[in-house]
Amino acid sequence: MARLNRSRSAWRPLVLGLAGLYFLVPLAASVIFTVDVPGQGLNVDAYTKIIGTEGFTTSLLLSLALAAVTIAVVLLLMVPALVALRLGAPRLKPVVEAVCSLPLVVPPIAFVAGLGTVLKWGPEHLARTPLFQTFVALQNPDFPVILVLAYVVMALPFTYRALDAGLQAVDVRTLVEAARSCGANGTQALVRAVLPNLRGALMNAAFLTLALVLGEYTVAQLLGFRPFAVWIVNISGSQAQMSVAVSVLSLLVTWVLLLALSGAGGRAPGATRPTRTSKASKG
Amino acid sequence: MTGSLMAAAAPRTASGKRRRRAPAWLAAVPLLAFTAIAFGVPAVAMLGGALTVDDPATGVSSYGTENLTASLQGAYLTALLGSVKLSATAAGLAALLGLPLAQAVVSSGSRALREAVLTASGVLANFGGVPLAFAFVATLGNSGVLTRHLGLAEQGWSLYSFWGLVLVYLYFLIPLMVLTITPALDGLRTQWREAARNNGATGLQYWRHVALPVLLPSLLGGLVLLFGSAFAAYATAAAMVGSAVPLVTLQISDAISGNVLVGQENVALALSLDMVVIAGLVMAVYLPLQRRSSRWLA
Repeated sequence: MARLNRSRSAWRPLVLGLAGLYFLVPLAASVIFTVDVPGQGLNVDAYTKIIGTEGFTTSLLLSLALAAVTIAVVLLLMVPALVALRLGAPRLKPVVEAVCSLPLVVPPIAFVAGLGTVLKWGPEHLARTPLFQTFVALQNPDFPVILVLAYVVMALPFTYRALDAGLQAVDVRTLVEAARSCGANGTQALVRAVLPNLRGALMNAAFLTLALVLGEYTVAQLLGFRPFAVWIVNISGSQAQMSVAVSVLSLLVTWVLLLALSGAGGRAPGATRPTRTSKASKG
Repeated sequence: MTGSLMAAAAPRTASGKRRRRAPAWLAAVPLLAFTAIAFGVPAVAMLGGALTVDDPATGVSSYGTENLTASLQGAYLTALLGSVKLSATAAGLAALLGLPLAQAVVSSGSRALREAVLTASGVLANFGGVPLAFAFVATLGNSGVLTRHLGLAEQGWSLYSFWGLVLVYLYFLIPLMVLTITPALDGLRTQWREAARNNGATGLQYWRHVALPVLLPSLLGGLVLLFGSAFAAYATAAAMVGSAVPLVTLQISDAISGNVLVGQENVALALSLDMVVIAGLVMAVYLPLQRRSSRWLA
């Protein structure tokens, strides 16, 4: 495609350069901040001491466990529903879409305010009923199920868009019919024919959920639990260097995961709206 | 409770045993039941609490709008307006800065640059929260690297202020804008520019009369999306400024954790309801704009 205003193209490097500066300087400065301790010169203590620091392993393991269970629950709820709607009840699709988008309208802090109110019903009104034990179990500090419930809700909008985009690219009906005429039942058709074709979308949904759970601070902090993000803030008062070091590492891990994902054939999260490839090359 | 659990178990056994044509919508029942419990119950609790007034003297509670009125007065109103002002400023700046960045990427014609910027935007748009706050504290905070080396503190710079927060919010809002506006910029046909040029239009006139009007719905849609995103942000501000800048999210968390007078929990719920209303308005503006912009981009 012909470049129309080649003569005035000086603005482009300028814009890209300024953007690069703005986005790279905080990252570079964070790294410098962690290794250049005033009065002590250069050292990497902030990084080497992370693993031995009190609370690091427990909080990270808690976050990873929460993420694993959340991903499993989200996919188990969403995948059968979305596939079945596409196959047999397209009229219900707008309803499911609206329900999955509702959490976008309620900011996390408002959601946790409501959640906290519900949890207070336990001791206040239900102390003598069997439901009380459910409330206690929900808030078990070793594995707070209530956080899984909250994270599944918060992940619904992202996973819906990721899975819907994936399903749009696959002819589910033909796949299922083909599988059925080869003698598969419904479950086999889903697991052996549809899911392999949705691999990219499933990975995308799982990754977005993982990133959400690992970084989540609002709900966990206000409900009084201590997964990874809450732990970082807690240590930041006494060990500023280390809290920044952990932040840098968590960004790097996220980045590597994302690159691995796009390498595996998935698409970049955020770019969930499928852009037509014919337009991708447009100048 | 039991009923919904049984309903949740139903579709799997039905499809597993291949009973004659289980209706497809059954598979959506677990999802809808889960949302009703995990999302619906807290939402109703929030609404109920916001509209419940406890009389501290008698201990009697009744329905009323006193909490909502209280949430729109004094310090609470200041916080609400502070949030709106911060989100509007940050969203406006991000839209202004994100558009040229996206245009630079789209018009460069370089596939590698495009992929790199969009991938980076995907990461950075999700890079909110605690790590973002700490990265900026390390850069421009009281003992941050740039603050120390450039002597910014002597010139009156403080990260823990309104403009400090704006600067930090731009870090995830600009990438979000790039992601939102890139498909719209892709939709601008080269022929339109050529046609404008053949009719004697300058580059500026082309943007003023052709490109911007076509982009307007997408731009406004992006703007409200950014506003909503900044408005709901809590972790970044909480980890960074504490309560130095009045924000509605910080007020709610203070009230929930009992840092203010006892009995303010319901005002926190009323503030939450205010936020939901504002976020709802944002979505009500965003969705029609989204639909309108897709008309040009089809």
